Amino acid sequence: MGILEVKNVGKRFGGLQALGNVNLSVAENSVHAIIGPNGAGKSTLLNCFVGKLIPDTGSVMFDGQSVLGRKPFEINQMGISRVFQTPEIFGDLSVMENMMIPCFAKRDGAFEMNALSSVSSQRDIHEKAEQMLVDMNMADKRHMNAASLSRGDKRRLEIGMCLSQDPRLLLLDEPTAGMARADTNNTIDLLKQIKEERDITIAIIEHDMHVVFSLAERITVLAQGTPLVEDTPDNIKGHPKVREAYLGETAAA
Amino acid sequence: MFGLNQKDKSTLIVVAALTLLAPFILNPFPEGSALAQFNAGYPDLMQRFVIFGIFAIGFNILFGLTGYLSFGHAAFLGVGSYSAVWMFKLVGMNVLPAITLSVIVAGLFALLIGFVSLRRSGIYFSILTLAFAQMSFNLAYSVLTPITNGETGLQLTLNDPRVLGQSATADGSIPVTNLLPGLEMRSTYVLDAGPWLFQFNLGYYLCALLLLVAFYVSIRIFRSPFGMMLRAVKSNQQRMNYTGLNTRPYTLAAFVISGMYAGLAGGLMASMDPLAGAERMQWTASGEVVLMTILGGAGTLIGPVLGAGFIKYFENIFSKINDNVLHGWFAILPDGIEDFLVFVVHPFIGKGWHLTLGILFMLVVIYLPGGLVEGGQRIGKYFKRGSDDAQSNDASTKPAE
Amino acid sequence: MDAILLQILNGLDKGSAYALIALGLTLIFGTLGVVNFAHGALFMIGAFCAVTVQRIFNISFETIDPSQKDFLGNPLKVKTTYLEHWFGPEMGGSIIDWSVPLAILFAIPVMVAVGFIMERGLIKHFYKRPHADQILVTFGLAIVLQEIIKYFYGANPIPTGAPEVFRGSFDFGVLIGFDPNAIIYPYWRLVYFGFAALIISSVFAFLQFTTFGMVVRAGMADRETVGLLGININKRFTIMFGIAAAVAGLAGVMYAPINSPNYHMGMDFLVLSFVVVVVGGMGSLPGAVLAGFLLGVLESFASMNEIKSILPGIDQIIIYVVAIIILLTRPRGLMGRKGVMEE
Repeated sequence: MGILEVKNVGKRFGGLQALGNVNLSVAENSVHAIIGPNGAGKSTLLNCFVGKLIPDTGSVMFDGQSVLGRKPFEINQMGISRVFQTPEIFGDLSVMENMMIPCFAKRDGAFEMNALSSVSSQRDIHEKAEQMLVDMNMADKRHMNAASLSRGDKRRLEIGMCLSQDPRLLLLDEPTAGMARADTNNTIDLLKQIKEERDITIAIIEHDMHVVFSLAERITVLAQGTPLVEDTPDNIKGHPKVREAYLGETAAA
Repeated sequence: MFGLNQKDKSTLIVVAALTLLAPFILNPFPEGSALAQFNAGYPDLMQRFVIFGIFAIGFNILFGLTGYLSFGHAAFLGVGSYSAVWMFKLVGMNVLPAITLSVIVAGLFALLIGFVSLRRSGIYFSILTLAFAQMSFNLAYSVLTPITNGETGLQLTLNDPRVLGQSATADGSIPVTNLLPGLEMRSTYVLDAGPWLFQFNLGYYLCALLLLVAFYVSIRIFRSPFGMMLRAVKSNQQRMNYTGLNTRPYTLAAFVISGMYAGLAGGLMASMDPLAGAERMQWTASGEVVLMTILGGAGTLIGPVLGAGFIKYFENIFSKINDNVLHGWFAILPDGIEDFLVFVVHPFIGKGWHLTLGILFMLVVIYLPGGLVEGGQRIGKYFKRGSDDAQSNDASTKPAE
Repeated sequence: MDAILLQILNGLDKGSAYALIALGLTLIFGTLGVVNFAHGALFMIGAFCAVTVQRIFNISFETIDPSQKDFLGNPLKVKTTYLEHWFGPEMGGSIIDWSVPLAILFAIPVMVAVGFIMERGLIKHFYKRPHADQILVTFGLAIVLQEIIKYFYGANPIPTGAPEVFRGSFDFGVLIGFDPNAIIYPYWRLVYFGFAALIISSVFAFLQFTTFGMVVRAGMADRETVGLLGININKRFTIMFGIAAAVAGLAGVMYAPINSPNYHMGMDFLVLSFVVVVVGGMGSLPGAVLAGFLLGVLESFASMNEIKSILPGIDQIIIYVVAIIILLTRPRGLMGRKGVMEE
């Protein structure tokens, strides 16, 4: 029984069958990658996990509880954090404040009317955010406006924000899209380090095979809205069906 | 002191000094001198400064922090005024219960409107609030006449019950608003210092005190985790949602708080002059508070206070100036130039104040989106750079206030 | 039945004005992505174009007519307009009488010029700024424009008459088989409706059948892609702004006889037109027109005595109530497209 259990999930947009009949099980404390060519339904599937979309059929269970019909913030409070394709951070706020907000969300829940207490008196939050900044190697940037960070740093910050909530499942949506090679490698190293240091499950959607094969323990290949195969990276590499779906090569070639 | 840091404490002290000493500060010119027309230390004008200051401080909590631009905040001010006047009519002339009721009623009204309007964001939110405010305005003019007294506006009469007071005074006139029996809002102590004349008005000091409380609360909100969440709403709602935070109650709380500030302002307005009219709820009145906040600097602490003071001061001064005054100013110039200057300036003064205001507003939005506060900072930076060139870069890394 | 028809007719003229203003607002929003709070001011300027033309036509000189005496027995001073002097009393008189329709010729270049100046001088700089800034700066501009008009024309409404032939009403009911006097309808309102229908269909035809319009429609759907094709979309958008201004202005010119122009009429109409745009669906031209007429007619129904006696005051708020319900149940409006103004 995995931490994330996806059963018979289907989703239609008008005439387009975006997801056919997806079954997927993400084992606890593993790194599971979902790959597939453009339009395979990877993002649609991810959006069904986080409450952005509700599938027409099937169920999505996280740790034995259904996530369907819940709002994104409720799903996050259950223990799922999401990293976006383009980093979503609080651009107008300082790096430190960016890091503090998820800490508040973890401690106080979805809403807390603490209008008369002061941010500077929250020692535990400060310590936690500070620690996370150090972990992310960004402590020297704590007073910078988050919008003025480099692309790579924005990505680090976003991952740090997600981690500061100690999520049980971290969802990564093409975390290296549009990055230079060096930034991509840094991100891979960061994720490897996170994997080693924490008890965390990571589900990653990725285009870049280099990233996928460096990180993943299991890979699900999605094509035209249905899972083609699910296996270990080594087996996936040589799989003829995958080559066909991905590279357009015929099995004969 | 008060749980504020050093910088906020000094801001609060500056505002306290400005408001409490306003009767001196605003009357710097001796009576009868040519410059006396620039004095603004009259009770009713000073009251307007602080009342609109409160209104703008509250509006800033919503707009400055969350970025939700409401075009209907005057509705809450109007509701506050009506509630207070009804209190004077039914219960008695003491202002404290009246003001309390204003705040509560405006808060409830804001809860209702906010609950609906905040289901949408961006321009839709602006238009929804505008629609609600216009609706309230239209209703106040028509069907709700029994409550609002329609076009005439709600006034006190000799027939009001005033269960805890008297319907009429001994000499048969309508009683006046008071803080405690005998402490009338209009009572004014005049200090005659040679040619100078300083007026200390009880109503003004009540307003000023409430402004300070309102300002203090707004500082606390700005520095609270709640305030940080509001700024996060403005910055990135998507991230908020995916960080496990429910944006709706945050924005609704901000909306209700700012509605209560508006209600307080409305209640005070009625306490100073016990009448209430529907025109206080018109959308141009909502536009005015937007203007004050932007002009001063949305999202800054002191901006709205400055904006409100600035607009109300110049409204008063500009409206008083007429061609004769202008001729007086330019009298030293040759006649042709004098007439020409008067001709050029004429459209902007007196009744033309709104033209000046509109132009000013556009200039601020175009060139100085941070308002007067940003202007002040730029000037400050300019002088700093003059003295010390090397350090000029580091201002950009400071967190935005 | 006749009462219902009467209300529909009564709603049409207001609905026409809403539709025309909303059409321009939507054109500007759809093409430039700008929320223009000064659009109502353009409507108002249009109405004052009619006032201006009427005043220009009435410029006159005085002569002393020795054949006529005033009550003191002095020779009477007679004012003669230049138009009557030049073209003879009959021709000149009818030109003056037709000043409102003739003002259209004056208003088109004026409005297009105002539109160009606004777009090039101000709006252009706000494409990339947040919507709140756009709202605020155009709100400021609206105040400035109305104050300028107030400065020159005063604060009071200025009656501006329709041509003599169109004054008065006719019995519309008889024409379609109702009893006499069941449906009395003023001529000018019918003219206004016809005019609005003409303008609206010209705009749609222009967008539908010209290459220029095709590019603009493509730009409304996907600005970036069209930009990538190497088409200078900005220049076309400037022209669209001019057209939108002209549409609002013409709506104003022809509205002058229905409602005497005053300096704040723009603001009054603007609030309602925004509501119309939102109800119709932000960025949808047919939606704007449909919602304009729909709300105009609804408003006129709500002002029937039968309805007012059940729901007092409903006529004052019907449009807002409809808007609130629509926004909450169909956030995209009646005909709005996905992805427009959604965060």
